[in-house]
Amino acid sequence: MLKEDVATGFHYELYKNCLVVYVTQDLDHHAVQFLRERSDRLIEAGDVKHIVFDFKDVEFMDSSGIGLIMGRYKKVMFLGGRAAVSNVGRVVDKIFRISGLYKIIEKYDTPVDAIKALEVKYEDYI
Amino acid sequence: MKIIFESCSENEAFARTVVAAYITRLNPTLEELSDVKTAVSEAVTNCIIHGYEGGEGDIVMECCIHNNDINITIEDYGIGIEDIEKAMEPLYTTRPEWERSGMGFAFMEAFMDKLDVESVPGKGTKVILKRTIGSCG
Repeated sequence: MLKEDVATGFHYELYKNCLVVYVTQDLDHHAVQFLRERSDRLIEAGDVKHIVFDFKDVEFMDSSGIGLIMGRYKKVMFLGGRAAVSNVGRVVDKIFRISGLYKIIEKYDTPVDAIKALEVKYEDYI
Repeated sequence: MKIIFESCSENEAFARTVVAAYITRLNPTLEELSDVKTAVSEAVTNCIIHGYEGGEGDIVMECCIHNNDINITIEDYGIGIEDIEKAMEPLYTTRPEWERSGMGFAFMEAFMDKLDVESVPGKGTKVILKRTIGSCG
């Protein structure tokens, strides 16, 4: 069930307890302000344990995006969940590598791969 | 090239797009272009968040090209930085509540060849970014 947030132009999908956020625009401080609020509202609405950020259509990101992902990572971590990224292109990958984000966040080819891995790992965890 | 624009987050994309268009004549690779755009975005975001603390103000951006060297200056007339060395430490941020990662200056250093920061508390901050295009660096 894909939903579009008209105000921010990003898409999200809830698959069981896994929230997939489709970042559909350049991820800078401006975009982060809206994405942070909306994704937190979805997490706090309940039932979300894991979060996946999909970067399929993202051509630009700066350190504000790192702050966004780290912040959501902390939130789901307290819920016993995990965070992942998918469809990471060359530009975004460089930012993730330099920032050291891959030490705490897993990378998958597609959101479906990420969901599968997170579900399995969560079962292992409990 | 010199432009003055208001301190608001919509202008982050504007500033980096202007610089990208300006340096196109040097035929940068896509990676070089992304690197410069990221550094500009970091510097402008710093002016907005830290220099003017989310309030109003002007940001002055100058860019010039000499042979294959780009020189970009981004300046605000905001609160300035007390301790530049501390501000440049990776992961250090004065705005953890806004989820700033503390990587702004680290990214500018990583993506450009040279970074200089000049600041006077109460007067403002000037960031000078340099990069040679076509050096594969």
